[in-house]
Amino acid sequence: MACLLASVLTITLLAFIVGEILFKAWPAISKFGLGFITGIQWSPNREVFGVLPVLIGTAASSFLALLLALPLGLAIALFLSEDFLPPAIRQIIRFVVELLAAIPSVVYGLWGIFVVIPLVQKYGALVAAKLGFIPFLAGPAYGNSLLTASLVLALMVLPTITAISRSSLVAVPYALREGSYALGATRWETILSVIIPTAAPGIVASGILAFGRAMGETMAVAMLIGNSQRLSWSLLSPSNTLSALLANQFAEADGIQVSALMYAAALLVLLTLGVNIAGEAVLRRTQKATAGLR
Amino acid sequence: MTSTATHSDKNFFSADGKGTSVFRLFRNRFLTGLCVALSLLTLVPLFSIVILVIQNGCPLLSANLFTQLPPAPGMDGGGFGNAILGTLVMVGISLVFSVPLGILAAIFVNEYAPVSWLASAVRFVAKLLTGIPSIICGVFAFAAVVMTTHKFSALAGGIALAILILPTILLTAEQALLGVPYAFREASFGVGATPFQTIWRIVLPEAMPAIMTGVMLAVARAAGETAPVLFTALFSQNWIKGIMEPTASLSVLIYNFASLPYAYHIKLAWSASLVLVALVTLSNILAQVIFAPKHR
Repeated sequence: MACLLASVLTITLLAFIVGEILFKAWPAISKFGLGFITGIQWSPNREVFGVLPVLIGTAASSFLALLLALPLGLAIALFLSEDFLPPAIRQIIRFVVELLAAIPSVVYGLWGIFVVIPLVQKYGALVAAKLGFIPFLAGPAYGNSLLTASLVLALMVLPTITAISRSSLVAVPYALREGSYALGATRWETILSVIIPTAAPGIVASGILAFGRAMGETMAVAMLIGNSQRLSWSLLSPSNTLSALLANQFAEADGIQVSALMYAAALLVLLTLGVNIAGEAVLRRTQKATAGLR
Repeated sequence: MTSTATHSDKNFFSADGKGTSVFRLFRNRFLTGLCVALSLLTLVPLFSIVILVIQNGCPLLSANLFTQLPPAPGMDGGGFGNAILGTLVMVGISLVFSVPLGILAAIFVNEYAPVSWLASAVRFVAKLLTGIPSIICGVFAFAAVVMTTHKFSALAGGIALAILILPTILLTAEQALLGVPYAFREASFGVGATPFQTIWRIVLPEAMPAIMTGVMLAVARAAGETAPVLFTALFSQNWIKGIMEPTASLSVLIYNFASLPYAYHIKLAWSASLVLVALVTLSNILAQVIFAPKHR
């Protein structure tokens, strides 16, 4: 039974991936233990490895990207699910968002280097001069910064948010809209107090899944974030993420550094799997809930 | 929600609620306008990317780009023929592994044991695999292939890409099989065919166009990815000699050249972006076209 074999292979593949990475990471896990997670130094020359700044960078860049992308994605999803626009125009908007998803990560990176970095450098310096007393906006402002990476990440996760939010908005039963209009509500009163609350779990799920995507996104971030392991509160200073760390250091690493990078990779797998399982669970519950309304 | 409802109840039906209804109309318009503005805002970066890639990618576009090797640092001239070939070879290797595995597993899940725990486990794992960051595929191929063979190679890059696209192929193939009407199977069993004959001679040919759509989407995905091949296939200035050699790819070329201080290399990176985006878009369009006749 080739088909049975293929199925078993697929299932074991995930276990094999996790197992292989943990196995290769074992020297670092046994040597550094949990100190790896809480350590703030990463210097391969002295064989000191700590990923706390990188973990914070990963969480901060993904969260910021989500914060920027969620309103935009929700606005587009509303456009695509309600009848504001004639179907032809909706089709064009949908095509444009799908095009965003088709552009390779490395092209976003290249574009970011020549468009977003100069912009952030120019306006970042102005902002840091005026509002530098706020720790998040403290100078000196760099082009290669957490903010730059988050801006581009926001674009990259937009299609995820739009697609999943749209399908949960479309799933809101038509009778609910009709009921709301019949009570005299305007279109936006209907959207804000009936449609969005009903679709809320699906919108939350789109956010969680987009967060997972943002955490794992590698190339554009590696090209834009500045790759610095120094802890900083400012959005305008360089930072790093787990995936960018792997992308930058793997090719030249040897000895215990490979092992330490495998440890970092294992953490990334754990985080993204956790986030994705949570997102899928929320999504599944939504589908059940809206199925009951029909 | 209840507090706003009772508040507006007073004005909903009252004759002198004029001011409020103006406010409600205004709010309605304002929010629609806001929604338009936010949607248009997302068009700006997209157009910026597309225009810049075309504008900066076109000047160097010539036959040389596709037939010549990248220039040495600081030199002008040359192209990235080896990177295009390398990308195609690695995508090919990834298909060799992932297409049979994905389709066979999909057949098992949908035809042989659709309600078994094994089938739900396969679906669950495939879902989880889609959520795994692409760089993890590279890390795994590095651990499993590069560290065993002590060599960066096209094979390692291909295997990394295979893991990346396996869930896409599996899940689209399963949907494709699901789309074949049940009557087809009943008719086949009715004339005395075995389950094997039914699957291979009736169901699979019927589902083939939709399965190929999934494969083309996977090709588009694999061709555009950088992270899985970055430290598995590495890069090479030369033509590919065998699959056990470090191999150039378009995406890694863009990454490497983008940070070089040489103007010509940066121009090459833009041209490579143009070629890569064209390749990915072409695969996506092909995916739609293959499936289109089935819809009519």
